[in-house]
Amino acid sequence: MTEDFITFRNVSKRFGKNVVLDDLCFSVRERQRITLIGPSGSGKTTILRMLMTLMRPDSGLITVGGDQLFPADEQQVARVRRRMTMVFQQYNLFPNMNVLRNITMAPMKVLGVPEDEAVDRARKLLELVGLTAKLSHYPSQLSGGQQQRVAIARALAMQPDVLLLDEVTAALDPELAAEVLDVLRDVADSLDVTMLCVTHAMRFARDISDQVLMFCTGKIIESGPPEQILEAPQHERTQRFLRSVLEEV
Amino acid sequence: MNFDWNVAWHSVPALLDGLLTALLSIAIGYPLAIALGLLLVFPQRSARPWIRIPVRVVVEFIRSTPLLVQLFFLFYVLPAFGVELSAFATGAIGLGLHYATYTSEVFRAGIESVPTGQWDAATALNLSTTRTWWSVVLPQAIPKVLPPLGNYAIAMFKDTPQLTAITVLEVLSAARAEGAQTFRYLEAITMAGLLYLLVSLVLAWLARRVEQRYATTRGIA
Ligand SMILES: Nc1ncnc2c1ncn2[C@@H]1O[C@H](COP(=O)(O)OP(=O)(O)OP(=O)(O)O)[C@@H](O)[C@H]1O
Ligand SMILES: [Mg+2]
Repeated sequence: MTEDFITFRNVSKRFGKNVVLDDLCFSVRERQRITLIGPSGSGKTTILRMLMTLMRPDSGLITVGGDQLFPADEQQVARVRRRMTMVFQQYNLFPNMNVLRNITMAPMKVLGVPEDEAVDRARKLLELVGLTAKLSHYPSQLSGGQQQRVAIARALAMQPDVLLLDEVTAALDPELAAEVLDVLRDVADSLDVTMLCVTHAMRFARDISDQVLMFCTGKIIESGPPEQILEAPQHERTQRFLRSVLEEV
Repeated sequence: MNFDWNVAWHSVPALLDGLLTALLSIAIGYPLAIALGLLLVFPQRSARPWIRIPVRVVVEFIRSTPLLVQLFFLFYVLPAFGVELSAFATGAIGLGLHYATYTSEVFRAGIESVPTGQWDAATALNLSTTRTWWSVVLPQAIPKVLPPLGNYAIAMFKDTPQLTAITVLEVLSAARAEGAQTFRYLEAITMAGLLYLLVSLVLAWLARRVEQRYATTRGIA
Protein backbone atom coordinates (compact mmCIF):
# COMPACT_ATOMS: atom_id res chain seq x y z
CA MET A 1 0.00 0.00 0.00
CA THR A 2 1.78 3.07 -1.17
CA GLU A 3 -1.25 5.08 -2.09
CA ASP A 4 -1.46 8.58 -0.69
CA PHE A 5 -3.85 8.84 2.23
CA ILE A 6 -3.65 12.54 2.95
CA THR A 7 -2.86 15.00 0.20
CA PHE A 8 -2.36 18.75 0.19
CA ARG A 9 -2.37 20.20 -3.31
CA ASN A 10 -1.46 23.83 -3.89
CA VAL A 11 -2.83 24.84 -0.52
CA SER A 12 -2.46 28.52 0.29
CA LYS A 13 -3.37 30.50 3.36
CA ARG A 14 -2.75 34.10 4.24
CA PHE A 15 -3.73 36.31 7.15
CA GLY A 16 -3.94 39.77 5.69
CA LYS A 17 -0.57 40.33 4.06
CA ASN A 18 1.06 37.52 5.97
CA VAL A 19 1.36 34.58 3.56
CA VAL A 20 1.46 31.57 5.85
CA LEU A 21 1.20 28.72 3.33
CA ASP A 22 2.19 29.28 -0.25
CA ASP A 23 1.04 26.66 -2.77
CA LEU A 24 1.91 23.86 -0.39
CA CYS A 25 1.93 20.32 -1.78
CA PHE A 26 2.65 17.18 0.19
CA SER A 27 1.16 13.80 0.86
CA VAL A 28 1.13 11.20 3.58
CA ARG A 29 0.64 7.47 3.12
CA GLU A 30 -1.63 5.39 5.32
CA ARG A 31 -0.03 4.50 8.70
CA GLN A 32 2.90 6.75 7.99
CA ARG A 33 4.28 8.76 10.90
CA ILE A 34 5.20 12.23 9.86
CA THR A 35 6.95 14.82 11.97
CA LEU A 36 6.67 18.46 11.01
CA ILE A 37 9.53 20.63 12.18
CA GLY A 38 10.46 24.22 11.50
CA PRO A 39 10.88 27.60 13.11
CA SER A 40 8.07 29.40 14.89
CA GLY A 41 5.52 30.85 12.50
CA SER A 42 6.44 28.52 9.64
CA GLY A 43 2.85 27.23 9.40
CA LYS A 44 2.99 23.84 11.16
CA THR A 45 0.00 24.44 13.41
CA THR A 46 -1.89 25.92 10.48
CA ILE A 47 -1.51 22.65 8.56
CA LEU A 48 -2.81 20.52 11.41
CA ARG A 49 -5.68 22.91 12.08
CA MET A 50 -6.69 22.78 8.43
CA LEU A 51 -6.78 19.01 8.53
CA MET A 52 -8.90 19.17 11.68
CA THR A 53 -11.13 21.73 9.86
CA LEU A 54 -10.49 24.30 12.57
CA MET A 55 -9.25 26.58 9.82
CA ARG A 56 -10.00 26.87 6.11
CA PRO A 57 -7.44 27.27 3.38
CA ASP A 58 -7.86 30.20 0.98
CA SER A 59 -7.35 27.92 -1.98
CA GLY A 60 -6.11 24.48 -2.94
CA LEU A 61 -7.27 20.96 -2.38
CA ILE A 62 -7.08 18.67 0.64
CA THR A 63 -8.10 15.03 0.53
CA VAL A 64 -8.20 12.36 3.22
CA GLY A 65 -8.68 8.69 2.40
CA GLY A 66 -9.74 9.54 -1.14
CA ASP A 67 -12.44 11.97 0.01
CA GLN A 68 -12.23 15.67 -0.43
CA LEU A 69 -11.97 17.62 2.82
CA PHE A 70 -11.52 20.97 1.17
CA PRO A 71 -13.38 22.22 -0.72
CA ALA A 72 -16.41 20.26 0.50
CA ASP A 73 -19.89 20.84 1.88
CA GLU A 74 -20.58 20.62 5.59
CA GLN A 75 -21.93 17.08 5.55
CA GLN A 76 -18.92 15.82 3.65
CA VAL A 77 -16.61 17.69 6.02
CA ALA A 78 -18.28 16.10 9.06
CA ARG A 79 -17.97 12.65 7.51
CA VAL A 80 -14.32 12.98 6.55
CA ARG A 81 -13.40 14.73 9.80
CA ARG A 82 -14.69 11.74 11.74
CA ARG A 83 -11.61 9.78 10.67
CA MET A 84 -9.26 12.22 12.37
CA THR A 85 -8.69 13.69 15.76
CA MET A 86 -6.23 16.05 17.35
CA VAL A 87 -4.35 16.48 20.62
CA PHE A 88 -3.51 20.05 21.57
CA GLN A 89 -0.65 21.77 23.31
CA GLN A 90 -3.00 23.00 26.06
CA TYR A 91 -4.74 19.57 26.51
CA ASN A 92 -8.22 21.18 26.29
CA LEU A 93 -9.87 18.58 28.50
CA PHE A 94 -13.45 19.41 29.45
CA PRO A 95 -13.17 20.75 33.01
CA ASN A 96 -16.81 20.00 33.78
CA MET A 97 -16.39 16.26 33.24
CA ASN A 98 -14.30 13.72 35.10
CA VAL A 99 -11.61 11.71 33.36
CA LEU A 100 -13.90 8.82 32.47
CA ARG A 101 -16.59 11.10 31.07
CA ASN A 102 -14.02 13.08 29.09
CA ILE A 103 -13.06 9.85 27.37
CA THR A 104 -16.47 8.21 26.95
CA MET A 105 -18.62 11.20 25.99
CA ALA A 106 -17.71 11.54 22.32
CA PRO A 107 -17.69 7.79 21.53
CA MET A 108 -21.15 7.51 23.08
CA LYS A 109 -22.64 10.67 21.63
CA VAL A 110 -20.92 10.76 18.26
CA LEU A 111 -20.21 7.14 17.40
CA GLY A 112 -23.19 5.69 19.29
CA VAL A 113 -21.06 3.26 21.30
CA PRO A 114 -23.10 1.74 24.18
CA GLU A 115 -22.08 3.01 27.60
CA ASP A 116 -20.61 -0.22 29.04
CA GLU A 117 -18.53 -0.72 25.92
CA ALA A 118 -17.31 2.90 26.01
CA VAL A 119 -16.37 2.53 29.68
CA ASP A 120 -14.52 -0.73 29.00
CA ARG A 121 -12.58 0.88 26.23
CA ALA A 122 -11.83 3.94 28.36
CA ARG A 123 -10.39 1.70 31.07
CA LYS A 124 -8.12 -0.02 28.56
CA LEU A 125 -6.94 3.32 27.21
CA LEU A 126 -6.32 4.63 30.72
CA GLU A 127 -4.20 1.57 31.29
CA LEU A 128 -2.25 2.38 28.15
CA VAL A 129 -1.56 5.90 29.41
CA GLY A 130 -0.97 4.71 32.99
CA LEU A 131 -3.84 6.51 34.68
CA THR A 132 -6.36 3.86 35.73
CA ALA A 133 -6.34 5.26 39.26
CA LYS A 134 -7.52 8.71 38.11
CA LEU A 135 -10.74 7.58 36.46
CA SER A 136 -13.06 9.73 38.55
CA HIS A 137 -10.75 12.71 39.00
CA TYR A 138 -11.49 16.04 37.38
CA PRO A 139 -8.93 17.66 35.07
CA SER A 140 -8.16 20.36 37.67
CA GLN A 141 -7.00 17.61 40.02
CA LEU A 142 -4.38 16.32 37.58
CA SER A 143 -0.89 17.47 36.66
CA GLY A 144 -0.28 18.83 33.16
CA GLY A 145 1.36 15.58 32.09
CA GLN A 146 -1.54 13.55 33.42
CA GLN A 147 -4.04 15.83 31.70
CA GLN A 148 -2.21 15.42 28.43
CA ARG A 149 -2.21 11.64 28.79
CA VAL A 150 -5.96 11.74 29.37
CA ALA A 151 -6.29 13.91 26.28
CA ILE A 152 -4.40 11.26 24.31
CA ALA A 153 -6.71 8.56 25.66
CA ARG A 154 -9.73 10.70 24.79
CA ALA A 155 -8.47 11.12 21.24
CA LEU A 156 -7.77 7.40 20.82
CA ALA A 157 -11.23 6.52 22.13
CA MET A 158 -12.57 7.94 18.87
CA GLN A 159 -10.65 5.18 17.06
CA PRO A 160 -9.21 7.62 14.57
CA ASP A 161 -7.41 6.68 11.39
CA VAL A 162 -5.37 9.84 11.68
CA LEU A 163 -3.94 11.33 14.86
CA LEU A 164 -2.78 14.94 14.82
CA LEU A 165 -0.44 16.05 17.59
CA ASP A 166 0.47 19.70 17.93
CA GLU A 167 3.40 20.27 20.30
CA VAL A 168 1.72 18.11 22.89
CA THR A 169 4.63 18.41 25.31
CA ALA A 170 5.49 22.07 24.81
CA ALA A 171 3.57 23.21 27.90
CA LEU A 172 5.18 20.59 30.15
CA ASP A 173 8.29 20.36 32.32
CA PRO A 174 10.89 17.99 30.85
CA GLU A 175 10.04 15.22 33.29
CA LEU A 176 6.31 15.37 32.58
CA ALA A 177 7.02 15.73 28.86
CA ALA A 178 9.02 12.50 29.01
CA GLU A 179 6.10 10.54 30.44
CA VAL A 180 3.79 11.84 27.70
CA LEU A 181 6.33 10.99 24.99
CA ASP A 182 6.70 7.47 26.44
CA VAL A 183 2.96 7.02 26.15
CA LEU A 184 3.03 8.22 22.57
CA ARG A 185 5.83 5.78 21.72
CA ASP A 186 3.60 2.99 23.02
CA VAL A 187 0.70 4.33 20.99
CA ALA A 188 2.80 4.50 17.86
CA ASP A 189 4.00 0.92 18.45
CA SER A 190 0.64 -0.60 19.27
CA LEU A 191 -1.83 1.20 17.01
CA ASP A 192 -2.23 1.42 13.28
CA VAL A 193 -2.81 5.12 13.07
CA THR A 194 -1.45 7.63 10.65
CA MET A 195 0.30 10.28 12.69
CA LEU A 196 1.13 13.88 11.94
CA CYS A 197 3.13 15.32 14.71
CA VAL A 198 4.54 18.79 15.34
CA THR A 199 7.29 18.65 17.92
CA HIS A 200 10.55 20.17 19.05
CA ALA A 201 11.52 16.93 20.81
CA MET A 202 13.99 15.70 18.23
CA ARG A 203 14.85 12.39 19.85
CA PHE A 204 11.16 11.56 20.00
CA ALA A 205 10.77 12.58 16.37
CA ARG A 206 13.58 10.24 15.41
CA ASP A 207 12.09 7.37 17.45
CA ILE A 208 8.60 7.46 16.09
CA SER A 209 8.62 9.01 12.65
CA ASP A 210 9.11 7.55 9.19
CA GLN A 211 9.52 10.92 7.66
CA VAL A 212 10.42 14.43 8.74
CA LEU A 213 9.22 17.51 6.91
CA MET A 214 11.18 20.70 7.49
CA PHE A 215 9.06 23.82 7.03
CA CYS A 216 10.20 27.33 6.51
CA THR A 217 7.85 30.23 5.74
CA GLY A 218 5.03 27.97 4.57
CA LYS A 219 7.08 25.73 2.33
CA ILE A 220 8.74 22.36 2.78
CA ILE A 221 12.41 23.00 2.28
CA GLU A 222 13.66 19.55 3.07
CA SER A 223 12.15 16.14 3.75
CA GLY A 224 13.25 12.58 4.29
CA PRO A 225 13.72 9.86 6.89
CA PRO A 226 14.62 11.19 10.35
CA GLU A 227 18.19 9.88 10.32
CA GLN A 228 18.84 11.89 7.21
CA ILE A 229 17.11 15.13 8.14
CA LEU A 230 18.10 15.22 11.77
CA GLU A 231 21.66 13.96 11.44
CA ALA A 232 22.75 15.03 7.99
CA PRO A 233 20.58 17.95 6.96
CA GLN A 234 21.44 19.35 3.54
CA HIS A 235 19.74 22.69 3.74
CA GLU A 236 21.50 25.47 5.58
CA ARG A 237 18.21 26.62 7.16
CA THR A 238 17.59 23.12 8.56
CA GLN A 239 21.07 22.99 10.02
CA ARG A 240 20.57 26.35 11.69
CA PHE A 241 17.15 25.34 13.00
CA LEU A 242 18.41 22.06 14.47
CA ARG A 243 21.32 23.83 16.17
CA SER A 244 18.92 26.27 17.84
CA VAL A 245 16.58 23.50 18.97
CA LEU A 246 19.43 21.48 20.46
CA GLU A 247 20.73 24.51 22.32
CA GLU A 248 17.28 25.03 23.86
CA VAL A 249 17.28 21.59 25.45
CA MET B 1 -43.95 63.19 64.78
CA ASN B 2 -43.54 59.76 66.32
CA PHE B 3 -43.99 56.42 64.70
CA ASP B 4 -47.47 54.96 65.28
CA TRP B 5 -47.25 51.16 65.10
CA ASN B 6 -51.00 50.88 64.93
CA VAL B 7 -51.14 52.92 61.73
CA ALA B 8 -48.19 51.02 60.37
CA TRP B 9 -49.87 47.70 61.07
CA HIS B 10 -53.05 48.76 59.35
CA SER B 11 -51.23 49.69 56.16
CA VAL B 12 -49.79 46.18 55.81
CA PRO B 13 -52.66 44.41 53.94
CA ALA B 14 -52.72 47.06 51.21
CA LEU B 15 -48.94 46.95 50.96
CA LEU B 16 -49.02 43.16 50.66
CA ASP B 17 -51.49 43.46 47.79
CA GLY B 18 -49.03 45.80 46.12
CA LEU B 19 -46.18 43.40 46.86
CA LEU B 20 -48.08 40.55 45.24
CA THR B 21 -48.44 42.65 42.08
CA ALA B 22 -44.74 43.55 42.15
CA LEU B 23 -43.71 39.92 42.63
CA LEU B 24 -46.02 38.81 39.83
CA SER B 25 -44.52 41.40 37.52
CA ILE B 26 -41.00 40.07 38.12
CA ALA B 27 -42.28 36.49 38.00
CA ILE B 28 -43.18 37.29 34.39
CA GLY B 29 -40.52 39.89 33.65
CA TYR B 30 -37.51 37.96 34.91
CA PRO B 31 -38.00 34.73 32.92
CA LEU B 32 -38.74 36.96 29.94
CA ALA B 33 -35.45 38.82 30.49
CA ILE B 34 -33.57 35.50 30.74
CA ALA B 35 -35.16 33.93 27.66
CA LEU B 36 -34.96 37.04 25.50
CA GLY B 37 -31.44 37.81 26.75
CA LEU B 38 -30.29 34.35 25.70
CA LEU B 39 -31.99 34.68 22.31
CA LEU B 40 -30.34 38.04 21.73
CA VAL B 41 -26.87 36.55 22.19
CA PHE B 42 -26.91 34.63 18.93
CA PRO B 43 -27.61 37.44 16.44
CA GLN B 44 -25.03 39.53 18.30
CA ARG B 45 -22.43 36.82 17.73
CA SER B 46 -23.36 36.39 14.08
CA ALA B 47 -20.63 36.70 11.48
CA ARG B 48 -23.07 38.54 9.21
CA PRO B 49 -22.96 42.28 9.86
CA TRP B 50 -26.51 42.85 8.56
CA ILE B 51 -27.79 40.64 11.37
CA ARG B 52 -25.31 41.64 14.05
CA ILE B 53 -25.33 45.41 13.72
CA PRO B 54 -29.10 46.18 13.83
CA VAL B 55 -29.56 43.88 16.83
CA ARG B 56 -26.60 45.48 18.61
CA VAL B 57 -27.99 48.94 17.95
CA VAL B 58 -31.40 48.07 19.37
CA VAL B 59 -29.87 46.37 22.41
CA GLU B 60 -27.54 49.30 23.02
CA PHE B 61 -30.44 51.73 22.63
CA ILE B 62 -32.62 49.95 25.18
CA ARG B 63 -29.76 49.55 27.61
CA SER B 64 -28.77 53.20 27.40
CA THR B 65 -32.21 54.74 27.86
CA PRO B 66 -34.13 54.86 31.18
CA LEU B 67 -36.60 52.13 31.98
CA LEU B 68 -39.22 54.80 32.61
CA VAL B 69 -38.96 56.10 29.05
CA GLN B 70 -39.52 52.59 27.74
CA LEU B 71 -42.48 52.04 30.07
CA PHE B 72 -44.05 55.31 28.88
CA PHE B 73 -43.41 54.34 25.30
CA LEU B 74 -45.09 50.96 25.72
CA PHE B 75 -47.97 52.40 27.73
CA TYR B 76 -48.76 55.65 25.93
CA VAL B 77 -47.35 55.25 22.42
CA LEU B 78 -48.08 51.64 21.48
CA PRO B 79 -51.90 52.01 21.82
CA ALA B 80 -51.72 54.57 19.02
CA PHE B 81 -50.46 51.71 16.85
CA GLY B 82 -53.32 49.47 17.96
CA VAL B 83 -51.37 47.55 20.62
CA GLU B 84 -53.31 47.84 23.86
CA LEU B 85 -51.98 46.09 26.93
CA SER B 86 -53.04 46.33 30.57
CA ALA B 87 -50.83 48.43 32.82
CA PHE B 88 -49.62 45.29 34.56
CA ALA B 89 -48.76 43.48 31.32
CA THR B 90 -46.99 46.58 30.02
CA GLY B 91 -44.97 46.78 33.23
CA ALA B 92 -43.96 43.11 33.20
CA ILE B 93 -43.00 43.22 29.52
CA GLY B 94 -41.18 46.52 29.96
CA LEU B 95 -39.10 45.12 32.79
CA GLY B 96 -38.38 41.96 30.81
CA LEU B 97 -37.35 43.87 27.71
CA HIS B 98 -35.14 46.31 29.59
CA TYR B 99 -33.36 43.64 31.61
CA ALA B 100 -32.98 41.35 28.59
CA THR B 101 -30.37 43.78 27.30
CA TYR B 102 -28.39 43.33 30.54
CA THR B 103 -28.77 39.57 30.77
CA SER B 104 -27.82 39.20 27.14
CA GLU B 105 -24.54 40.96 27.92
CA VAL B 106 -24.03 38.58 30.86
CA PHE B 107 -24.66 35.55 28.65
CA ARG B 108 -22.36 36.87 25.95
CA ALA B 109 -19.54 37.38 28.47
CA GLY B 110 -20.22 33.97 30.01
CA ILE B 111 -20.03 32.23 26.67
CA GLU B 112 -16.91 34.13 25.68
CA SER B 113 -15.27 33.13 28.94
CA VAL B 114 -15.17 29.54 27.67
CA PRO B 115 -11.70 29.20 26.10
CA THR B 116 -11.58 28.66 22.33
CA GLY B 117 -9.60 25.50 23.03
CA GLN B 118 -12.82 23.96 24.31
CA TRP B 119 -14.51 24.58 20.96
CA ASP B 120 -11.45 23.20 19.18
CA ALA B 121 -11.54 20.04 21.29
CA ALA B 122 -15.24 19.64 20.58
CA THR B 123 -14.57 19.86 16.84
CA ALA B 124 -11.65 17.46 17.10
CA LEU B 125 -13.99 14.97 18.77
CA ASN B 126 -16.62 15.61 16.10
CA LEU B 127 -19.27 16.76 18.56
CA SER B 128 -22.31 18.30 16.90
CA THR B 129 -23.02 21.98 17.48
CA THR B 130 -25.94 21.20 19.77
CA ARG B 131 -23.89 18.71 21.75
CA THR B 132 -21.03 21.20 22.05
CA TRP B 133 -23.35 23.85 23.48
CA TRP B 134 -25.17 21.48 25.75
CA SER B 135 -22.31 19.42 27.19
CA VAL B 136 -19.29 21.70 26.90
CA VAL B 137 -20.08 25.40 26.63
CA LEU B 138 -23.19 25.94 28.75
CA PRO B 139 -22.00 23.88 31.74
CA GLN B 140 -18.88 26.06 31.85
CA ALA B 141 -20.70 29.33 31.21
CA ILE B 142 -23.54 28.82 33.72
CA PRO B 143 -21.47 29.14 36.93
CA LYS B 144 -20.05 32.39 35.52
CA VAL B 145 -23.43 33.94 34.71
CA LEU B 146 -25.31 33.01 37.89
CA PRO B 147 -23.94 35.74 40.22
CA PRO B 148 -24.71 38.65 37.85
CA LEU B 149 -28.08 37.13 36.93
CA GLY B 150 -28.95 36.94 40.63
CA ASN B 151 -28.03 40.59 41.05
CA TYR B 152 -30.27 41.53 38.15
CA ALA B 153 -33.21 39.70 39.76
CA ILE B 154 -32.80 41.94 42.82
CA ALA B 155 -32.26 45.03 40.69
CA MET B 156 -35.40 44.27 38.71
CA PHE B 157 -37.42 43.91 41.90
CA LYS B 158 -36.08 47.27 43.10
CA ASP B 159 -37.20 48.80 39.80
CA THR B 160 -40.83 47.74 40.27
CA PRO B 161 -41.77 51.08 41.97
CA GLN B 162 -41.28 52.65 38.55
CA LEU B 163 -44.40 50.79 37.42
CA THR B 164 -46.34 53.27 39.58
CA ALA B 165 -45.79 55.77 36.79
CA ILE B 166 -47.91 53.69 34.43
CA THR B 167 -50.67 53.19 37.06
CA VAL B 168 -49.69 49.74 38.28
CA LEU B 169 -50.68 49.41 41.93
CA GLU B 170 -47.53 48.01 43.46
CA VAL B 171 -46.00 48.54 46.92
CA LEU B 172 -45.03 52.18 46.59
CA SER B 173 -48.31 53.33 45.09
CA ALA B 174 -50.15 51.39 47.80
CA ALA B 175 -48.06 53.14 50.46
CA ARG B 176 -48.79 56.54 48.96
CA ALA B 177 -52.51 55.78 48.83
CA GLU B 178 -52.45 54.66 52.47
CA GLY B 179 -50.58 57.80 53.46
CA ALA B 180 -53.06 59.98 51.63
CA GLN B 181 -55.93 58.30 53.42
CA THR B 182 -54.54 58.54 56.96
CA PHE B 183 -52.45 61.68 56.44
CA ARG B 184 -49.56 59.68 57.84
CA TYR B 185 -46.92 58.93 55.24
CA LEU B 186 -44.14 58.03 57.69
CA GLU B 187 -45.62 54.68 58.68
CA ALA B 188 -46.78 53.56 55.24
CA ILE B 189 -43.56 54.52 53.44
CA THR B 190 -41.40 53.03 56.20
CA MET B 191 -43.32 49.77 56.03
CA ALA B 192 -42.97 49.77 52.27
CA GLY B 193 -39.20 50.21 52.67
CA LEU B 194 -39.08 47.33 55.13
CA LEU B 195 -40.99 45.11 52.70
CA TYR B 196 -38.53 45.91 49.91
CA LEU B 197 -35.64 45.14 52.25
CA LEU B 198 -37.19 41.85 53.30
CA VAL B 199 -37.87 40.66 49.76
CA SER B 200 -34.43 41.77 48.53
CA LEU B 201 -32.79 39.80 51.33
CA VAL B 202 -34.83 36.73 50.46
CA LEU B 203 -33.94 37.09 46.78
CA ALA B 204 -30.25 37.51 47.63
CA TRP B 205 -30.39 34.40 49.78
CA LEU B 206 -32.09 32.43 47.01
CA ALA B 207 -29.54 33.63 44.47
CA ARG B 208 -26.71 32.53 46.73
CA ARG B 209 -28.28 29.10 47.16
CA VAL B 210 -28.53 28.64 43.40
CA GLU B 211 -24.95 29.87 42.92
CA GLN B 212 -23.62 27.47 45.54
CA ARG B 213 -25.38 24.60 43.91
CA TYR B 214 -23.54 25.35 40.67
CA ALA B 215 -20.44 26.86 42.26
CA THR B 216 -17.96 24.87 40.19
CA THR B 217 -18.09 23.72 36.63
CA ARG B 218 -17.68 20.20 37.90
CA GLY B 219 -20.58 17.88 38.06
CA ILE B 220 -22.82 19.49 35.47
CA ALA B 221 -22.43 18.02 32.05
N1 LIG C 1 -5.82 33.23 13.57
C1 LIG C 1 -4.74 33.85 13.06
N2 LIG C 1 -4.82 35.15 12.70
C2 LIG C 1 -3.76 35.79 12.17
N3 LIG C 1 -2.56 35.21 11.96
C3 LIG C 1 -2.42 33.92 12.30
C4 LIG C 1 -3.50 33.17 12.88
N4 LIG C 1 -3.07 31.91 13.10
C5 LIG C 1 -1.80 31.89 12.69
N5 LIG C 1 -1.38 33.07 12.22
C6 LIG C 1 -0.05 33.36 11.65
O1 LIG C 1 0.30 32.33 10.78
C7 LIG C 1 1.67 32.06 10.85
C8 LIG C 1 1.88 30.59 11.05
O2 LIG C 1 1.37 30.21 12.30
P1 LIG C 1 1.45 28.73 12.83
O3 LIG C 1 0.78 28.77 14.16
O4 LIG C 1 0.97 27.80 11.83
O5 LIG C 1 3.01 28.55 13.04
P2 LIG C 1 3.79 27.36 13.73
O6 LIG C 1 4.71 26.81 12.72
O7 LIG C 1 2.84 26.41 14.34
O8 LIG C 1 4.60 28.13 14.84
P3 LIG C 1 4.96 27.69 16.34
O9 LIG C 1 6.17 26.81 16.25
O10 LIG C 1 5.29 28.99 17.01
O11 LIG C 1 3.77 27.03 16.92
C9 LIG C 1 2.23 32.94 11.94
O12 LIG C 1 2.88 34.02 11.34
C10 LIG C 1 1.02 33.40 12.70
O13 LIG C 1 1.23 34.69 13.18
MG1 LIG D 1 2.36 25.88 16.33
